Amino acid sequence: MLYSEKVMDHFQHPRNVGKMDDADGIGEVGNAVCGDIMRVYIKVKDNIITDAKFITFGCGSAIATSSMATEMIKGRSVDEALELSNKAVVEALDGLPTHKIHCSVLAEEAVKAAVKDYYDKNGIAYDKELFKDCENCEDCDACGNK
Amino acid sequence: MKLIYADNAATTRVSKTALDAMLPYFSEEYGNPSSLYTLGQKAAEAMANARKIVAECIGAEEREIYFTSGGSEADNQAIVTAALLGKRKGKMHLISTTFEHHAVLHTLQRLEKEGFEVTYLDVHKDGVVRLEDVEKAIRPDTALVTIMYANNEIGTIQPIREIGALCRSKGILFHTDAVQAIGHIPVNVKDDNIDMLSLSAHKFHGPKGTGVLYCKRGIMLTNIIEGGAQERGKRGGTENVPGIVGTAAALKESCDHMEENAIRTIALRDRLAAGLSKIPHSVINGSMEHHVPGTLNMCFEGIEGESLLLLLDAKHIAASSGSACTSGSLDPSHVLLAIGLPHEVAHGSLRLSITEENTEEEIDYIIKSVTEVVEYLRSMSPVWDELEKGTIKHVI
Ligand SMILES: Cc1ncc(COP(=O)(O)O)c(C=O)c1O
Ligand code: FES
Repeated sequence: MLYSEKVMDHFQHPRNVGKMDDADGIGEVGNAVCGDIMRVYIKVKDNIITDAKFITFGCGSAIATSSMATEMIKGRSVDEALELSNKAVVEALDGLPTHKIHCSVLAEEAVKAAVKDYYDKNGIAYDKELFKDCENCEDCDACGNK
Repeated sequence: MKLIYADNAATTRVSKTALDAMLPYFSEEYGNPSSLYTLGQKAAEAMANARKIVAECIGAEEREIYFTSGGSEADNQAIVTAALLGKRKGKMHLISTTFEHHAVLHTLQRLEKEGFEVTYLDVHKDGVVRLEDVEKAIRPDTALVTIMYANNEIGTIQPIREIGALCRSKGILFHTDAVQAIGHIPVNVKDDNIDMLSLSAHKFHGPKGTGVLYCKRGIMLTNIIEGGAQERGKRGGTENVPGIVGTAAALKESCDHMEENAIRTIALRDRLAAGLSKIPHSVINGSMEHHVPGTLNMCFEGIEGESLLLLLDAKHIAASSGSACTSGSLDPSHVLLAIGLPHEVAHGSLRLSITEENTEEEIDYIIKSVTEVVEYLRSMSPVWDELEKGTIKHVI
């Protein structure tokens, strides 16, 4: 099989799928090359992410990583969510095929973009360095920026 | 639940007739056709008989039939042969189309590196190459025209007979990759003015790993595989006797029932096309006027093909897609791009390829399942969300 059981489970029964009308932060990112798009919504109370949702246009692993990433940030502080790496998402899913790793990068970036949106909307100061366009450029060849 | 197989352009189930014909050649009549004793000669006879059947089915002579390891090898050998023959006369120009199979395209690309020049003809929005375009592309130094009989992804049939006649009148070799046509629509190498033709057994209920190169008498083939004297010295290697016998049996069966199978398959395909066309913002790819019976290719806006395939698989439907995410290369299918589809639309493509073995109930189940899955994926698609809000415009 192409995907692990965990991936197939999160793909076929995605957690947290759907739009959120009263989101405190929304992040949308796209993969310029394969054309896929991921949008993550977060609800924040007292610096804790109380709810997260997503919608995704993309392959099985794009949907599965969105599902897993939103699961992993729920109940965490906003700062902890920023530390979520694509590697952690891949590990939680019991791995992805090599040519699908870039899909998990998309999930990490979507979460970051949602947090940045939350900071911006609420006038919270942050270190711009945290939100470079693509954090993993060095070890990811998803976009051809290298 | 029983699997509904709708990916016959990828490969087909081996028919009972083909399998029964093959079985004795594994452990009973297992001789090497080159051996002199009776066991070997029985295998040689079986092969000679198979060659005769294949020749009859496509209107060729027995000595014009070369058994290969499949469609890809036949494509390679035909193109390399024509290129080398051309080179000897200083003819270094080849003509093809943008939507050939990779067995053709990659062979041409290799020849380009070796100094050949290739013109890739446009296949227009309908997926049909124009005779005028071929005529305009022909130069005094053109060595070969290679154009597929029917396309594997969208199923469109090319004006092969007319192109063949044109090439013949200009003295240019003409090859066609007929892998998707043979066994499904009438093909006759004489009537169609074809010099070289590739076919592959596993696309018409024969076994995988066997194919045929038809090469018109008088054209000196270049070997791809050097070896013994098999296939008149043009293809080394002990012959795949069971495969060859199975190829002939499957081909004969397909040709004997071609008309009735086509009528049945077309009726099923039209039912499928009508049902799926009810999905909003969907489009059928390629002209339905010039079309093989079983293949239907559609795009659904706002969704991605790999997710669609995986969800259909969960519903026991086997199909394929030209989406970037399924290709492993991050680029959608070159065929869909060749007919002018934008990347984002090509992403949501679905190829269903059926046969006379499918039933109306299966077709209705496919329609229902695809409709549900497309609706579900759209409900979670940011692209569909923006299309609905009008922030981006519908293309189809
Ligand atoms: C149009 C076309 N040409 C060539 C091939 C290759 O044939 P084979 O798989 O026998 O090498 C295929 C099938 O994959 C095909 O559809
Ligand atoms: S997001 Fe396109 S391949 Fe996964």
